Amino acid sequence: MIAEFQKKYLKRKDLKIISGLVKENTSVLDLGCGDGSLLKKLKDEKHVIAKGVDISENNIMTCIVKGISVFQGNLDEGLMDYADHSFDYVILSQTLQVVHKPRMILNEALRVGKVAIVSIPNFGYWHIRTKLFFTGRMPRLKFLPFEWYDTPNIRLMTVKDFRGLCKKDNIIIENEAHISLDENKRDNWIMRKWPNIFAQASVFVITK
Amino acid sequence: MNDFDDNNSIGIVRTNKFVLSTPENIALDCGEKLSHIEVAYETYGSLNKDKSNAVLILHALSGDAHAAGFHSSEDKKPGWWDNMIGPGKCFDTRKYYVICSNFLGGCKGTTGSNSINPKTGKEYGMSFPVVSIKDMVKVQKELIDFLEIKKLLAVCGGSMGGMQALQWSVDYSDMAAGVIPIATTATLSPLSIALNEVGRKAIMNDPNWNNGNYYESIAPDAGLAVARMLGHITYLSDEAMRNKFGRRLQKNEEYRYDFEGEFQVESYLHHQGTSFTKRFDANTYLYVTKAMDYFDLSREYSSLEKAFETTRSRFLVIAFSSDWLFPPYQAKEIVKALRTCNKEVSYCELSSSYGHDAFLLEEKHQTLMISHFLMNLEEEYTSK
Repeated sequence: MIAEFQKKYLKRKDLKIISGLVKENTSVLDLGCGDGSLLKKLKDEKHVIAKGVDISENNIMTCIVKGISVFQGNLDEGLMDYADHSFDYVILSQTLQVVHKPRMILNEALRVGKVAIVSIPNFGYWHIRTKLFFTGRMPRLKFLPFEWYDTPNIRLMTVKDFRGLCKKDNIIIENEAHISLDENKRDNWIMRKWPNIFAQASVFVITK
Repeated sequence: MNDFDDNNSIGIVRTNKFVLSTPENIALDCGEKLSHIEVAYETYGSLNKDKSNAVLILHALSGDAHAAGFHSSEDKKPGWWDNMIGPGKCFDTRKYYVICSNFLGGCKGTTGSNSINPKTGKEYGMSFPVVSIKDMVKVQKELIDFLEIKKLLAVCGGSMGGMQALQWSVDYSDMAAGVIPIATTATLSPLSIALNEVGRKAIMNDPNWNNGNYYESIAPDAGLAVARMLGHITYLSDEAMRNKFGRRLQKNEEYRYDFEGEFQVESYLHHQGTSFTKRFDANTYLYVTKAMDYFDLSREYSSLEKAFETTRSRFLVIAFSSDWLFPPYQAKEIVKALRTCNKEVSYCELSSSYGHDAFLLEEKHQTLMISHFLMNLEEEYTSK
């Protein structure tokens, strides 16, 4: 339930940004597709071939109700049965921070997809930093409302960390967007200039 | 009391008979042919004008053509999948034309080992050819042709019915818009073959079995009952049995220290075994389990992927967490093969404690998924 809440909250903005990045009549694999909102939007508006993977039985049922082809499974078990470059896009929307093997999944996404679109929460956001610094406790924010013992986020990264892994694994960052997750807050130049401090989340378009 | 007055029941239904005009065209996998094949089938709902709303339901080992409704107003029990088929139910008979037939080799009206061999005037018994899942599907195709249906909206079945659904998708790759295999496998595991063999040996070791020639004397009911008892255990799960029976005793509170079967679970199995002998033929049990044992979808091709290569159906594969007869990993193998060859497939593993039997019992979540899956198929089917 907690993970589902997080997905919904974090994904609201992703929906807009990612759907803007996907071209019409392409094929899309969404890893950790949640309730299938993004795929449904892409299928209806961009006529893509939409497929998803999620671990939750409830999400899978919701996707099937929406007419999306989905597989109930654990991403950490890998994507072996997908052929190389069998999708135009592989999407990892707010997924990397909740899996055990993010590095493997990131590289698999780029094997299976020609392009990967990855969105992550930025744990380097200034509010997180100051909260941890001043209170000495794990920060809880509107967009990260969890206690340390029940958070779905097990792999915490910053914008710099993500870029670092890309460099290490020879992944090319083609494009990036840095955003606030607050519906009312507009994304501004400060976020773009110093995302590691001011962005709440980031979206990367990557290739290999 | 029955739930005959239930508004969601299809009501009174009857079994129809279809006789194949050219049974010699059915070349069985074993190399033999049958000179006469008849098929018992039922239909619910009505076929629409463009004949695009037909759904074929495929039954499991002990099922029959009677999937829903009642045969008479005195009938105590409805058809075997009545909770899923009827007006407003998963397979909504107000929208769909639902067909279910007894498979080839069955003992409920379709030609099988207990049918009369026209050449001898006596029951086939063990002279009946060993039939396969593929053979069953061939005969079902004849029925669909006879009903003048060019394309099925969906084929759906659980357990052995799921095997037939998969076979349909491979042998008639363009015949079904949707395929819904539930609690099933693409190839029978050694565990399942082993369990089937124990069931068969229980029958064959019953002195009344008499090499299958018992139709004029006493049937091997003791053997068939043991086979059914074993079968029933495989349909349940550890948790289901703990919930249903625990260690409770049937009558006394104290142990009797004898062998009469005083635990509830024992008397349940005895009851299941005995009542099964009243409605099922022992030779048929041998034939049907054998058909399952031989089932291996990839055998004819080099791999499961190759088998699915030409299919144009969309798939909805459902497995149950506590099913140890056809565990979820076996369903995943089907899905993996379909994904590898880029087919449209959805997979859901429903959590249930009922074991293999869940496909007959867990109607809520199955209804949610299957009914929407059918609706989406309809949309695509009609927009083409």
